[in-house]
Amino acid sequence: MNIVVLIKQVPATTDVKIDEKTGTLKREGVEAQVNPFDLYAVEEAIRLKEKYTGKVIVLTMGPPQAEKALRECLAMGCDEAVLVSDREFAGSDTWATSYTLAQAIKKIGSYEIILCGKQAIDGDTAQVGPGVAEMLDIPHVAYVKKIEKIGDGKITVERMMEDGYDLIESPVPCLLTVVKEINNPRLPSLRGMMFSKKAEIKHFTAKTVEADKTKLGIAGSPTNVMKVFCPPARTGGERIAGEPSEQAAKIVIKLKEAKII
Amino acid sequence: MDYFLTDEQKMIVELARKVAQEKIKPVRQEFDESGEFPWEIVKELSQADLMGLYIPQEYGGFGGGVIELCIAVEELCKVDGGIALSLAATALGTFPILLFGTDEQKKKYLPRIAKGEILAAFGLTEPESGSDAGATKTTAKKDGDFYILNGTKCFITNGGVAEVYVIIAMTDKSRGSRGASAFIVEKGTPGFSFGKKENKMGIRASATCELIFQDCKIPKTNLLGKEGAGFIVAMKTLDQSRPGVAAQALGIAAGALDEAVEYAKTRKQFDHPISSFQAIQHILANMATDVEAARALIYSVARAIDKGDKDVSGASAMCKLFASDVAMRVTTDAVQVFGGYGYMKEYPVEKMMRDAKITQIYEGTNQIQRNVIALDLIKKSAKKK
Amino acid sequence: MPKIYVLSEKCFGCGLCAKSCPFSAITMTARPDKKLKLAVIDEMKCNFCGACLDACKKYQAIVIEKDDISVKTVDKSLYKNVWVYAEQRHGEISPVVFELLGKGRELADKLSVKLCAVLMGNKIESRAKDLIEHGADTVYLYDDEMLNEFQDDPYCELLSQLILEEKPEIILMGATNIGRSFASRVAAKIHTGLTADCTGLDIEPETRNLMQTRPAFGGNIMATILTKNHRPQMSTVRHKVFKKASKNPGRKGEIIKKKIDKTKIKNRTKFLQFVADVSQKVNLAEADIIVSGGRGLGKLEGFLLIEELAKSIGGAVGASRATVDAGWIAYSHQVGQTGRTVAPKLYIACGISGQIQHLVGMQSSDIIVAINKDPECPMMKLATYAIEGDLYQIIPEIVKELKK
Repeated sequence: MNIVVLIKQVPATTDVKIDEKTGTLKREGVEAQVNPFDLYAVEEAIRLKEKYTGKVIVLTMGPPQAEKALRECLAMGCDEAVLVSDREFAGSDTWATSYTLAQAIKKIGSYEIILCGKQAIDGDTAQVGPGVAEMLDIPHVAYVKKIEKIGDGKITVERMMEDGYDLIESPVPCLLTVVKEINNPRLPSLRGMMFSKKAEIKHFTAKTVEADKTKLGIAGSPTNVMKVFCPPARTGGERIAGEPSEQAAKIVIKLKEAKII
Repeated sequence: MDYFLTDEQKMIVELARKVAQEKIKPVRQEFDESGEFPWEIVKELSQADLMGLYIPQEYGGFGGGVIELCIAVEELCKVDGGIALSLAATALGTFPILLFGTDEQKKKYLPRIAKGEILAAFGLTEPESGSDAGATKTTAKKDGDFYILNGTKCFITNGGVAEVYVIIAMTDKSRGSRGASAFIVEKGTPGFSFGKKENKMGIRASATCELIFQDCKIPKTNLLGKEGAGFIVAMKTLDQSRPGVAAQALGIAAGALDEAVEYAKTRKQFDHPISSFQAIQHILANMATDVEAARALIYSVARAIDKGDKDVSGASAMCKLFASDVAMRVTTDAVQVFGGYGYMKEYPVEKMMRDAKITQIYEGTNQIQRNVIALDLIKKSAKKK
Repeated sequence: MPKIYVLSEKCFGCGLCAKSCPFSAITMTARPDKKLKLAVIDEMKCNFCGACLDACKKYQAIVIEKDDISVKTVDKSLYKNVWVYAEQRHGEISPVVFELLGKGRELADKLSVKLCAVLMGNKIESRAKDLIEHGADTVYLYDDEMLNEFQDDPYCELLSQLILEEKPEIILMGATNIGRSFASRVAAKIHTGLTADCTGLDIEPETRNLMQTRPAFGGNIMATILTKNHRPQMSTVRHKVFKKASKNPGRKGEIIKKKIDKTKIKNRTKFLQFVADVSQKVNLAEADIIVSGGRGLGKLEGFLLIEELAKSIGGAVGASRATVDAGWIAYSHQVGQTGRTVAPKLYIACGISGQIQHLVGMQSSDIIVAINKDPECPMMKLATYAIEGDLYQIIPEIVKELKK
């Protein structure tokens, strides 16, 4: 079984600092990491491979530095890695990203399952996975919390909903976006790290994936950022001092005044 | 300081740090309180290939040596000195097999140890023979193709959780220390049982208990090395393993130093971070110097062992002696830097101080280490003449 | 690919552009004469968002040259009306829909167009009236057993088809699991822009463009996004951001029943079963009051205290990631970047220091009360009311006070 995992390299947010003067994100020196939600997809892919044999191809679109994120996935147990990178892709929104990734997957060719994290922690859109499925004209199930079974060209999954879960059966190939509940991602292994260090990463460009230029990057993106601004920072309010009993009395009064209680 | 680790060794450090930070740190307090054995972490260590670091590739290991074991143990112990013992104490139980085992014995046990499927332990200490190993009372009586073991071992790290035990027992009491032999005993052998689990001051996440042998019959193929070579097995094993204990001590000390520096930077008194006060700076400077000196000593001895230096008894004892004293000093100072908070269980340094103490005691008390060093010194001086 | 460059003769080295760049693509470097600094743009980092152009309005020293790739644009004048996708689950209209109708009505009035709702489901016709009473002028109704349970394929096909036929200019959907899953698919299919998880919507009067504001980078920055050349403009909207439309009983509107040509609808997936979550339900997103516990609780039992406070104040229990990782409480309680994003009226953070990942999940709460030993921690600095002290002493006092 061939499994393609889509990942994204995002800033390691534990280190993200806001410039207090300008309110912008200081990204200088901020370390990059594999989007945490994608690690669940990588883990699930490796588990499927271990159970059903096959190979796992990890795919990302991003700058050349995103190679590092791919290598982390190889160290966990993915078999091959593809980096789709080209300056033509700069400024891509989710539509253009979905298009580019779908083109890259067509280039990869045969696959049974595509796995993605439910969303990336920088953009938080959750749009690329379903978008890719549409452009490949395959079904998708989002928010998958468990893969129940695979067989006879079909896959049965649990889709997490706000009020429980739906059991859905889909033919393969299909695309699944997975949630945190699905597994507990492994750390890399030493052998995996050795493999990853030497592994060759395939590079795809706009030309390799035979993309229609009008659908790439900023030109191919229906949405444009009009402005970016810092949300009005919450400034600290009132300090409530005194003995615990006094503090308790004061806060309850405040909340009553605010008509919360 | 750059110790010019190889790329592979850097990977080991990175990986061990990841396991420590992501898997051990969130649960260390819990395990310290409950005293339970951290099986889930053993699984993580196995999956990461860390359990087989020092085992040759032909037996399914990573093919590293003492240095690889040391850097991994150090990194893990920065976060928790007890949980990492599942690895370090297994190494102690595996070294005798590595050093003296027959190919068959190696094939039987090493691959499973390397994969982390089973843990190992080493049984030397007895209730009445701690530092005085010559007073070992456990006996092994030959009976045809078998040996019958009788006696009790105590304070055995990984006791109860390990599947494979290397036990030192007397085969010929009349010959004193030359009458001891080493045996491999598997968990589940009839006549082999475990005593109570110890309730310890520190390293509480490690399993420590008594091993009890009552007419425990083991095949003679389980004899490790020659009959009568038991103490040589023990001494050579300890020569190899002492840098590992030292690395445990080093890790605990380095972890405490990190915590102390971070805390000193954030804790404010008299309107300034306490790290701006010379009184604190000097404590931190001493701690850092101690830690670096211990690291330099351990790494060089570990490398010497891996390069095949046979004459390491003295140096290896120095590692253990120095690093464990450093650990005790540095963790005590870390508690001091934290002040009242340092004494509280909410902060990690009090645990580090409790964990540090054992490193001065086990695998030979530091007094015994000094004996070993002095003996080595005098022996060499005598040879010169 | 577009180009961006700095006109060095116009740049005065003020550095405003560098500060405005959300991607840190601009650095100020010394010129050879060492007098003024010069802005230098790292093309590898630039996303051509144009923030620097706004910052440099005064000097106009930065130029972006868009490509001359001829992108097909649609005739926007053909697109009219504001739509709300009336998501339902098990026959119940999702609460976010009424908020969308409120906002949608406002937008439709600004544009002087109709507000329409699209309702899909099985035996759902009776619900259409509810939508009209909440402000919809027209309801497009698909009522078929095929739509009994949500599946992406048929829902996506029907909505896409209807969009192509009716040409709305704006479509609002709830940022729910259903909404986010199939809106993405619809936007991909009909090739238009979709903006996720909006918290602000307004009309740019000159262009009739929908200004869609949403948090990005975990809430650290806000971005206003336009879909300039494509129609419809699609947005998913967070629950509890906009005010619910008020009900106007007896309000009249049109219900257009749409027929489904089943032979043309592909439905590749099969719905097998719904399994309700029977465990004690933690609906953090719906809660008006949340009492959260963090590492400062020190132990699992601390959550008993949190639960007690939550119970006496009528709130739900939340938690920081540290406590979930430590196994003190289930993941379903986790607030923050990898947990739930919440915006209750009152958020009480007990022993939570306020790491950025937690803050982004709750900082849009109306009132934040922090109880913490450390007066300098981020949560205390940001709280509306900061109570310094031992939560084990303070919380019981608050509970006592509430019972009075």
